[in-house]
Amino acid sequence: MTAVSIPSGGLFAAHLPRWIRGIRPTLVLSLLVLAVAASAAIAPGLWTHTDPLHADPLAARQPPSLAHLAGTDIQGRDVLTRIVYGARFSLLIGLGATLVALGLGAILGIVAGVGPRWADQLVTRLVDVVAAFPEVLLALLMIALSGRGAINLALALGVAGLPKYARTIRATVQQTRCAGYVEQATTFGASRWQRLVRHVLPNALGPLPVMVTIGFGGAIISSSGLSFLGLGPQPPAAEWGLMLAESRNYLRQTWWTGVFPGVALTAVVMAATVLGRHLQERYERRLP
Amino acid sequence: MTQTIREVVVAQDQGRPEVLLSVRGLDVRFGGRRDVHAVRGLDLDISAGQCVAIVGESGSGKSVTARTLVGLAGPGAVVSAKRFQIGDVDARRLSERAWRKIRGRSIGLVLQDAQNSLDPLRPVRREVGEVLIRHQLVPRRQLARTVDQALSDVGFPDPQVRGGQYPHQLSGGLRQRALIAAALAGGPKLIVADEPTTALDVTIQAQILELLRSKCEAGTALLLISHDLAVVSSIADRVLVMKDGVVVESGTTTQVLEDPQHDYTTRLLRAIPSASTRGHRLSADAAPEAEATPVARDHGLPVARDRGSVVLCAQAVHKSFELPGHRRLVAVDGVSVSVKAGQKLGVVGESGSGKSTLARILLGLQAPDTGAVQVLGTDWGTAGREHRHEIRRAVQFVSQDPLGSFDPRYTVEEVISEPLRSVSSAQLRAERVREVLALTRLSPDLLAALPRKLSGGQRQRVSIARALALRPSVLICDEPVSALDVSIQAQILDLLDDLNHRTGTSLVFISHDLSVVHHLVDDVVVMEAGRVVESGPVTQVFADPQHAYTRRLIAAAPKPAHDLRAA
Amino acid sequence: MTTTVETAVSPLAVPLAGERRSGHGALAFLVARRVLAGVLVLWAAITATFLAIQLAPGDTVSLLLGENRDDPVLRAQTIERWGLNQPLWVQYLTYLRRIPSGDLGISYTLRQPVAHLIAINAGPTFTLAAVAAAGAIVIAILGALIVTSPVHWLRPLVSGYELIMVSAPSFWLAIVLLWLFSFELGWFSIVKQGSWQALVLPAASLALPIGAYLSQLLVSGIDRAMEQPFIITTRARGSSLLAARIQHALRHAALPALHMLGLIVGSLLGGAVIVEQVFGRVGLGQLLVDAVKVKDMPLILGVTLVTTAVFVAASTVVDILGTLIDPRTKGNLR
Repeated sequence: MTAVSIPSGGLFAAHLPRWIRGIRPTLVLSLLVLAVAASAAIAPGLWTHTDPLHADPLAARQPPSLAHLAGTDIQGRDVLTRIVYGARFSLLIGLGATLVALGLGAILGIVAGVGPRWADQLVTRLVDVVAAFPEVLLALLMIALSGRGAINLALALGVAGLPKYARTIRATVQQTRCAGYVEQATTFGASRWQRLVRHVLPNALGPLPVMVTIGFGGAIISSSGLSFLGLGPQPPAAEWGLMLAESRNYLRQTWWTGVFPGVALTAVVMAATVLGRHLQERYERRLP
Repeated sequence: MTQTIREVVVAQDQGRPEVLLSVRGLDVRFGGRRDVHAVRGLDLDISAGQCVAIVGESGSGKSVTARTLVGLAGPGAVVSAKRFQIGDVDARRLSERAWRKIRGRSIGLVLQDAQNSLDPLRPVRREVGEVLIRHQLVPRRQLARTVDQALSDVGFPDPQVRGGQYPHQLSGGLRQRALIAAALAGGPKLIVADEPTTALDVTIQAQILELLRSKCEAGTALLLISHDLAVVSSIADRVLVMKDGVVVESGTTTQVLEDPQHDYTTRLLRAIPSASTRGHRLSADAAPEAEATPVARDHGLPVARDRGSVVLCAQAVHKSFELPGHRRLVAVDGVSVSVKAGQKLGVVGESGSGKSTLARILLGLQAPDTGAVQVLGTDWGTAGREHRHEIRRAVQFVSQDPLGSFDPRYTVEEVISEPLRSVSSAQLRAERVREVLALTRLSPDLLAALPRKLSGGQRQRVSIARALALRPSVLICDEPVSALDVSIQAQILDLLDDLNHRTGTSLVFISHDLSVVHHLVDDVVVMEAGRVVESGPVTQVFADPQHAYTRRLIAAAPKPAHDLRAA
Repeated sequence: MTTTVETAVSPLAVPLAGERRSGHGALAFLVARRVLAGVLVLWAAITATFLAIQLAPGDTVSLLLGENRDDPVLRAQTIERWGLNQPLWVQYLTYLRRIPSGDLGISYTLRQPVAHLIAINAGPTFTLAAVAAAGAIVIAILGALIVTSPVHWLRPLVSGYELIMVSAPSFWLAIVLLWLFSFELGWFSIVKQGSWQALVLPAASLALPIGAYLSQLLVSGIDRAMEQPFIITTRARGSSLLAARIQHALRHAALPALHMLGLIVGSLLGGAVIVEQVFGRVGLGQLLVDAVKVKDMPLILGVTLVTTAVFVAASTVVDILGTLIDPRTKGNLR
C-alpha cells in the first residue's frame, strides 16, 4: 500500500546515492520500534534498572518528570519501567497467538487445498463454524472453559483467529495447484507428490512471513483487549492491557497511566503493520 | 480500390475536406525516476472522412499518442507541441474543464475490448447514455430512445432488451459494438480507436472493421491504432509507422506497403507471415550454419525417427465438461489427428473451438471421455506407471504464457534444467542445458537471470529450450506467438522452423492466426465447435477450402500486406 | 494478496448445484440458499459449544455452576435441567431443543433466566454497535474520497492518521477519548446512561479504527479501479475525474469493502464488549465479563450464542447484498 510511504524528495534527495534515496523513513522507524520492543521483551534490564513491582507509596501519582519519564501509578510504581517489562507478556502472547493461528490455519488450509474433495468440504465447513463466532467472544468462551492465564489466552486467540489463515492458505494452495508451471511439471514426468513439494507448497506458503507480520499486530490488539478484561496475566504482573485496565478507575487523577501503555501498544502494532505491508508489497512485486 | 473512391466522394461533398486534427511536433514525456520520452516530434493531420492508421510494436508510443489526443496522456505526462489543433481549438493550453467539453463531443475514443473497457457493474445502455448526459445532448425523456438508436446504428441487435445487459453477458464482438456506439453517441467528427479488434476472433474482427469502414465512409474521420499491418492495410488511407516514439515513415497506405523507405518498415513488412512467405525466413536472424556434428540424437529413448512413421495420434477423441445447470459443454467431439515424425501440423480454429483441450489431451494432462491417444505406439490410457513416465518425455509443451509456466522462484537455469532432474550426472545435465541454449540461440549469460526480467521473446525461447531438454519427439505449441510483437513473432517462427529441420522434432502448432499457420506448417486441421471440419496439406486446404467454415475464416482474415502488394 | 479479500468473502457460501434461473426465482433461490447456509452454521456453532462443554476439563455440573458448585440444591436442579444423568445423545437433543426455543438456562449467580438478562442488556450493546457501524461507513467513505482526491498533500496526512487509527486498540482509544473529551474538556458526559451524549464517545472509539480500516480498503480498491480501462473510456466521454471516481471506481471498491463489513460486524460486537467496560455502560459486555469472572457458564453460553446469531445474520445479509450489487455474480449464481 502506498498509503504508508511518505514520498521521499526534497532539496538534497537528488544528490544522494540511489540506495539511500530508496530507504523509506517509515520503514526504518518501524524496524527501530520493533527492535526496541524485542530487546525490552528479551532483556528489560537494558532499558531500566528499576523493579516493575516496586511500589513507593511516597512517590505515588506523580506526573511525568525527569525522575519518572512516564510518571508513577496509584501505588507509586514507575510506569515506564512497567511498560518496558510489559513488553515481554504483550509480545509473547501476540506472537504465540499468531503462530498458533497460523500453524493450525496452515495445516487446515493445506489439507483442504491439496486433499480430496471430501476433505476440502470438511475443513471448509469446520472453518466456517469457527468463523461464525466473533473472534474475541470465541476466545472468551474458550478461556471461560479452560481458565485464565497467558498461555490459555494465546491458545484461545490462536484458535479463534485461525479461519482467516486457513481460508487464505487454502485459496493460495488451490490457485498454485492450477498454475501453469505445475501443469508443465507434469509434462516432464513429475509425480503428484513431486509437484506438491517442489512447486505447490513453496509457492503457496511463500507469503507466510508476510502473514505473520500483518497478523501479529491484530493479535496484539486482541490479546491486550482480553488482558484488559482481566483474562490474561493477573495483577500485579506488568502487561500493557492489564495496566490500562488498572488505570481506568484513576483516569481523572493520573491520565498518564492510561495513555503511555497504549502509546507503546499502538507503536508496536503500527510498526508491525508498516513492516507487514512493506513485505507484502515486495512479495507481490515478485509475482508475475 | 475503395480508398480512392472514398476520397472522390469526400472531395465532391465538401470541395476541400475539413481538417479535424492537426498536430506538429508532439512530444510526450513521463517524468519521475525513469524519464521516458514516449512520443517525439509526431506530426499528424486528419480530415473528415479520412482514415489514418498508426502502426507500431509495443513500446512504440502509439497508445500514448492516442490518449494524448484526447487529453488523457496519464499522470506525470508532460505534453508539448508546436501545433495541436482540434477543429479550431488550440489544444495546447486547454484546461481540464475545456478538455471535458471536447472529449466525447469532438473526439470519441474506442479502446481494445478487454471486457473492462466497459464498466462491468453497469448495463451497456448506461455507458452509451453517459456521453449524452455529460454533454446534455438530449433531454432526459428522450435519452432511452437516443441510446437505442445509437446502439442500433452500430448493428447492436435488439437494443431495447439487450442494451440492459451487463458487459459480461455479451460476446466480445457485441461489447466492441457497444464501445463504438458510446464513442459515436456524442456525434464526434473524429474517432480514435486503439487496437479495436485485438483479441477478437477473425470473423468478428472483420465485422468490426467493416463497421468502422462504413462510419468512415459516412464522413467520420478515424485514427486507427494497431500493431497489425494487415488490419491497417485493409482500411486506412494513410499509415504512420512508429518506433520508439518516433514516426519513422508515413505516407499513403499503398506507398508505405509497396515502397517502404525506412529500414524498419521493410523489416516489419518482411516479418509478416503469410502464404507467400512459406519457406522463407521472416526475421533478420541468419539461418543456422550446418553444423559439422549434427545435434546428437542418441537418447536411448524409444523414439521413432524415420520420417513418415506416426509418433503421436488421437483416435475419435471425445471430451465434455459439466457446466452449472446440468448442461454439458462438448469441448472435443470425435477428433482424430495423427502426427508423423518431422511433420509440422497446424490446428486452427476460433476461441472455443476446442483446440486447447485437444492439446491437453494429446499431452496426457487430461483423459478423454472416449477415444484413445497413442504416443510412439503406446496408449496414454493403458500405459503402466513406468511406461507413462517414459512417453511423457516424448511429448513436450510450449504455452502461450511462458512466464506463467515458470516457477516464479526459479532462475533461467533452474527452469531449463527442471525436466532433467531424472538425468543423474550433473555433467550431462549441464551439457544438455548448453545444447538447448545453443539450439534456441540464448546467451549462457542469461542462465542466472530471473525469467520475469527477460523480454517476451527471450521468455518464449527459454520455454522452448526447456521443452527441448528432454529431446522430445513432438513439441505441442499452444498459441506460442500470439502474445508477441510481429518482429519477435518472426524470430520465434523462424526458430521453430529451424528446430524442426535440425532435430526432426515434430510440431503441433495451435493457433487462431491463419497466416501464421499458413506460413509455418505442412498440414492443417481446421476445428469448429470441437469438431474437425477440414484437414489436409495446408496449401491445398487454404487454396481450395471445402468446408463453409474454412471459407468463412479465410474470407474474414485481413488481407496480408504482401498479397495486397501483389494485387 | 488479492486472494485475502476474496477468500474471506463468503464464509457461508454453500456450493450447491446451482441452477440457472432468472428474475425473482433466482433471487428467492439465492436468498433461501444463503439463509439456509446461515442456519446450518448456527446449528454447527451450537453443537460446537455443546461439545466444548463436554470436553472441558472437570465435571460438567461444576463447570456449569461456576462459583455455586457446592450448592446441592442447584446441583440437582442443573442435572435435571440439562439432563446430565442421561446418555450423551439425549443430553445433546435436550440442549438442541432448548437453545433455539430461547431457553438458555438460568444464571446461577444472578438467579435469573439467561434469556431475560440478555433481553434487557442487548439493546444498549446493539445500539452501540449499529451507531458505530454507521459512523465507520461515513468515516470510511469520506476518508477514501479525501485520500484519492487530487489534493496531493492531504494524502500522506490522512493516510498517516488512518495508520494510527488501525493500529490503536479501540479500548485504548476509548480511554484517551474519555479522558480528553469527558474529563478534561467536559464535552460529553458519560454519566447519563441512555442519552445520546453517553453514546458518542463509545461509538467513536469503535468507529474510528474500523472506519480507518474500511477507508484503506476502499482506497486500494479505488486506486485499482482507477487504473482500469473503463475509467479512460468514461473520461473520454467527458466525465470529470471526480465523477469517474464516485460513479465508477467507488462502486468497484465498495464490493470488497462490503464483504469485509460482514466480518467487521464480528469485531464490532467483540469490541463493544470491551469498550463497554471502559465507559461502565450497561450491556452484554458488562454481563459477559462479569459472567466470565465468576464462571457463570449458562450466561456465558447464552451471550456468546446470541451474539453469534446476530453476527451470522449480519454476514448473511451482507453476503446477499454483495451478490445483488455485483451483476457478475447475480447472473450465474455461482
